[in-house]
Amino acid sequence: MRRISLWLFSTVAAVVLLFSYRTSTNNSPGQAGAAQTTVTEQSTAGTGSGTGTSAAGKTYNGSVASTRWGDVQVSITVTDGKITDVEVPVYPTENHKDQEINAYALPVLRQETLAAQSANIDAVSGATVTSDGYRESLQSALDAAHLA
Amino acid sequence: MTITAVPQRAWVEQIMGLPVSIHLRGDRLTGDDAEQRIAAVFAELRHVDAVLSPYRDSSDLSAWERGALRLGDADPMLARVVALCDEARQRTEGWFDPRGLPDPRTGEPRYDPSGLVKGWAVERAARHLATLDGYGWCLNAGGDVLVHAPADQPAWRVGIEHPDGPARIMRVVELRAGAVATSGSAHRGAHIIDPRTRRPAVATRAVTVTGPTLLWADVFATAAVARGPASLPWAEELDGYEALLVTRSGLLRCTAGWPAP
Repeated sequence: MRRISLWLFSTVAAVVLLFSYRTSTNNSPGQAGAAQTTVTEQSTAGTGSGTGTSAAGKTYNGSVASTRWGDVQVSITVTDGKITDVEVPVYPTENHKDQEINAYALPVLRQETLAAQSANIDAVSGATVTSDGYRESLQSALDAAHLA
Repeated sequence: MTITAVPQRAWVEQIMGLPVSIHLRGDRLTGDDAEQRIAAVFAELRHVDAVLSPYRDSSDLSAWERGALRLGDADPMLARVVALCDEARQRTEGWFDPRGLPDPRTGEPRYDPSGLVKGWAVERAARHLATLDGYGWCLNAGGDVLVHAPADQPAWRVGIEHPDGPARIMRVVELRAGAVATSGSAHRGAHIIDPRTRRPAVATRAVTVTGPTLLWADVFATAAVARGPASLPWAEELDGYEALLVTRSGLLRCTAGWPAP
């Protein structure tokens, strides 16, 4: 269950990241790193309910997480301990830019989530992660899953 | 479920402006033995930061640079790091060079050994974990990773982040003991200086080096970013170390011995 929380959490983190890119490129750089909501979302994602058991797998819905760009909800389907599908049923649609992001970025995100989890990693090596960037990083999701 | 049978616990602290996380695998993850050693690792990293930080006027490094402290009177760690930086300059054919780097606060040229200090300090602090018998551990300091897995535990799987986005993993390295260090322009903009031109190196977006020590993996990765894709033949000759490089145009290149994904 912990791993499912992590998967939901890291997917929410990635969705939030997509929208924060939009903000940081369109507005002042000072607005980047604003996704601090992601850490608290770990617990809300963890309370997600398991539904829809079938031979094909089980679907878990994360709670709706409020971010500064709008509400985000992710759901994952787990089959034999692996994520086999990722859906983002709730995402920001407030303006034209949001719709543009949704059109191309969410399918990419889906692919990447599937790729990252099939890699089943324990840690992430990357060019110096600063404290700001950490909140949005995959490593922070890996850490959050094991904090006592 | 693909959950490892071994219990695992993580600790995270912000030190030297970086998130430092330690994951421990073993049967007893609470109690004094494990927790005191984790505390000792963090305490040592904070101490190194106090002595060697270029951001602090009160550090021995800054006092030495101002001429207010002689090397022989400073904390012995300073002389050790200066000696290691000299060795690093030689081993990288001059491409790792702490001299004349822009001060992180003022931009003025100064001696800044930070590119070596992090890996050296993490490796040194990890000795507190090395004597924890039967435990596996994974220490990640801002994206530079050092691991140990005992024989009865699975290897650590370290994902290498794509420079285009922190949520993308481009390769995975499986390690029982050793280091994975990545340097590049991701996250902080171009921040590795080409020592020949004194300008930011831009031909390479990221270099990851894996090998037995974090100190040298990190130094070699930084030097390779400064040198650009032409560093690959040099990296081929590094005994025990392998490099993966992402060029400015996004091409992936690696040394012949790079572990298969």
